[in-house]
Amino acid sequence: MPKDHGIGASIKRREDVRFLTGTGNYTDDINIRGQAHVYFLRSDVAHGRLNKVDTTAASAMPGVIRIFTGADFAGVGGLPCGWQVTDRFGVAMKEPGHPVLAQGKVRHVGDPIAAIVAETLEQARDAAEAIGLDIEELPAVVDMKAAIKDGSALVHDEIGSNLCYDWGFVEDNKAAVDAAIKGAAHVTTLELVNNRLIANPMEPRVAVGDYHRATDESTLYTTSQNPHVIRLLMGAFVLGIPEHKLRVVSPDVGGGFGTKIFHYAEEAFCTFAARKLNRPVKWTSSRSEAFMSDAHGRDHVTKIELALDADHNFVAIRTETYANMGAYLSTFAPSVPTWLHGTLMAGNYKTPHIYVNVKAVFTNTVPVDAYRGAGRPEATYQLERVIDKAARELGVDPIALRRQNFVREFPYQTPVAVVYDTGNYDATMDKLIEMADMAGFPARRAASEAKGRLRGLGVNCYIEACGIAPSNLVGQLGARAGLYESATVRVNATGGIVVMTGSHSHGQGHETAFPQVIAEMLGVDESLVEIVHGDTARGPMGMGTYGSRSLAVGGSAMVRAAEKVLNKAKKIAAHLMEASDQDIEIKDGRFHVAGTDKSVAWGDITLAAYVPHNYPLEDLEPGLEETAFYDPSNFTYPAGAYACEVELDPDTGRVTIERFAAADDFGNIINPMIVSGQVHGGIAQGIGQALLEGAVYDDNGQLLTGSYMDYAMPRATDVPFYSVDHSCVTPCTHNPLGVKGCGEAGAIGSPPAVINAVLDAMNSGGIKIDHIDMPVSPARVWAAIQTAKA
Amino acid sequence: MKVTMTVNGATCSGEVEGRTLLVSFLRDTLHLTGTHVGCDTSQCGACVVHVNGRAVKSCTMLAAEAEGATVATIEGMADADGTLSPLQQAFQDHHGLQCGFCTPGMVMSAAALLAENPKPTEHEVRHYLEGNICRCTGYHNIVKAVLAASGQDLPAVAAE
Repeated sequence: MPKDHGIGASIKRREDVRFLTGTGNYTDDINIRGQAHVYFLRSDVAHGRLNKVDTTAASAMPGVIRIFTGADFAGVGGLPCGWQVTDRFGVAMKEPGHPVLAQGKVRHVGDPIAAIVAETLEQARDAAEAIGLDIEELPAVVDMKAAIKDGSALVHDEIGSNLCYDWGFVEDNKAAVDAAIKGAAHVTTLELVNNRLIANPMEPRVAVGDYHRATDESTLYTTSQNPHVIRLLMGAFVLGIPEHKLRVVSPDVGGGFGTKIFHYAEEAFCTFAARKLNRPVKWTSSRSEAFMSDAHGRDHVTKIELALDADHNFVAIRTETYANMGAYLSTFAPSVPTWLHGTLMAGNYKTPHIYVNVKAVFTNTVPVDAYRGAGRPEATYQLERVIDKAARELGVDPIALRRQNFVREFPYQTPVAVVYDTGNYDATMDKLIEMADMAGFPARRAASEAKGRLRGLGVNCYIEACGIAPSNLVGQLGARAGLYESATVRVNATGGIVVMTGSHSHGQGHETAFPQVIAEMLGVDESLVEIVHGDTARGPMGMGTYGSRSLAVGGSAMVRAAEKVLNKAKKIAAHLMEASDQDIEIKDGRFHVAGTDKSVAWGDITLAAYVPHNYPLEDLEPGLEETAFYDPSNFTYPAGAYACEVELDPDTGRVTIERFAAADDFGNIINPMIVSGQVHGGIAQGIGQALLEGAVYDDNGQLLTGSYMDYAMPRATDVPFYSVDHSCVTPCTHNPLGVKGCGEAGAIGSPPAVINAVLDAMNSGGIKIDHIDMPVSPARVWAAIQTAKA
Repeated sequence: MKVTMTVNGATCSGEVEGRTLLVSFLRDTLHLTGTHVGCDTSQCGACVVHVNGRAVKSCTMLAAEAEGATVATIEGMADADGTLSPLQQAFQDHHGLQCGFCTPGMVMSAAALLAENPKPTEHEVRHYLEGNICRCTGYHNIVKAVLAASGQDLPAVAAE
């Protein structure tokens, strides 16, 4: 029988009640007395010299309080980049400045030029139209390969090139990889595009800056996945405000998917302007602004070669990727195509020789940074596509080819730096075959064919590195931050518990799942435990939520703090019962002296801690509150196998997803209901990437997909019910909960399954094709069919 | 100009400009911030409310057009004592929400569907909710929640 409380129970989410009754507190719901509104005048050209910004007439418009331009930020820091990549030759990446408001040049459509602060948003917007701009338009840099040829226009003149870095990984492996490929029995080569995506959390970004002159304290309310990180980056590098005078609050946040990790100009501006004007300043992004100012994701152009020996063992992988950075380096952009991508290129397979080359390129487009999966979907997609292509070329079963090359001994040292601690890829594949009813596929294909349709089955595996990340390791790799997490467990006098976590929940259900862990450890009911997050004034320094790290790192910190609480509680209990703390055990919510009928309740202990009349004051401090910081010793490695079944109409090119199955190994599970929900959402985003989504720029750097009219978001009719399973468990070996993380898996594992299925369908209908790029829109599929027929 | 309408059973008045959208009136004047704004092209459905019993994207209607109308928002869905409506409860029971931002619009749309079509099929639910975008759930549990709220036998109508 499933558990109804503690670890492993599908407890309904407590946060739902406020969200279902319209009583959540999202940042745009915050209005501070006296607040002014800011509207950003943004560049409508991709690349240009900013000769003049004339604000004279606009400043006299009704309601205008002040108009800021780049000149107002002279002497103020630019937006910092949090990760420095070193290239193949040992040279640091090119790191051009990123001003809060454009200075000298505009570099992408949407680049903010002026900020108009007015009494109302409408007044600010009206005044923006009266600003005189003299922009000398320059040739736009859009295509990555053209961008790094001699003679290209330069996004940043001062660095002399559009190449941010040329990274080789592992550079010392290159000669061996080249030799292995040269001598291989078979080499399969695939060139593909990992399409540019826009994360599109349903809540647009919002920033409200507030300032109290009497205390010199600034507060920023912002839609962030990591308020402490914003406080550090903005305070230390942009505005020069020390942490004790700067509070960052991220209340209910309506989805993140990576794009709310980063420190953005609008946050810095609202904080800066609130101080300058001594009044609150609010910005709410419109969706149109979000399309041209939220960091985008993916956008890789890749060539991958997979070399196999005569027995079909993988012997080498070599990749060359062009990764778009956009116009400026967003907070973690350099790490995504490198350390979050190259390190996963081994996938689930034992390939002895791997070399990854990545050229990161500046273009006149919106900055590109982490989006759900961040680098790992790009690695998985190319690898799982090239394996299917190899299977087709060799005439072997794609599942058998994968199985033959699975890693089966753990820990496994990959040739790309990371060590997989544990896994069982056969188990998830076995489970998948059962869930996807592969035995029934031929009959379903026949039924589709009887209707004049084609049916395809696509399968792939994936592995990801989560629980980001060991600080000493990422420090060596160029991270400018530590990636630990913190938790404070505060037990109150009457027994209630407040856990302050540095993790941030923006849909993941921490307020429900984290108490399950505490309740299990301390033998109390979940209802006694409250989670506090998202406010730098209320908890210790934390690093936030991304990279499927909340439970693996934040949960581990919470466990460590709770262990300290438990140890102290046992000592208090031992004192109250005149026993040894070694003999105290928890049973049915009470602290017992083992082997006796003596026990005390949780509330007896907590009251004694705060009313220490009968208390070992010589040995123990009063109170019951502990803090822990947890820094993991390794990444975690969730893995699994996914299957997609599509039907394809050869007359129209329309592809529909008929079935989707996902077998994941996430290690131990705290709340299975929440985990399934995370996988569902990830799969929908992966299906979106494969079938629908794609940010498109024209040759002039104009964003053609700038609204929901043009950028196809997955809707309820685009997806089926998914079959998901996470019963294959190999617990993580190095964190106290044995958990691995589940937030990104769906988005990582699903795109190759969809495309493999589409290609399977086409080939089954005699359409000989070995590649099609995402998104596989009807037009693209139809054109491919016509080309193949010709 | 002054507008007056009945919102969640109470008579509400306020000064608006001619260009004021109904969603702005609800959020900024009446402080009913449960209704959300997720886009500016009437695509996402986060702002769906009921006007005279019909689901309306409140970003697509002027406040002035709602003069004299009866408006229902997410804040009025639960009982006065806080008990969730069967539809709201189904969303919680089936984990039909994650970040919660699309949820008010999703619930209001689903309520309108069930009022029109008390026993919808899976296909009808998906089709009706096409104007509501959710980025978190992949729609799986939303569709299940709506089917469950319709009182149908979930394993029979929502095979996974």
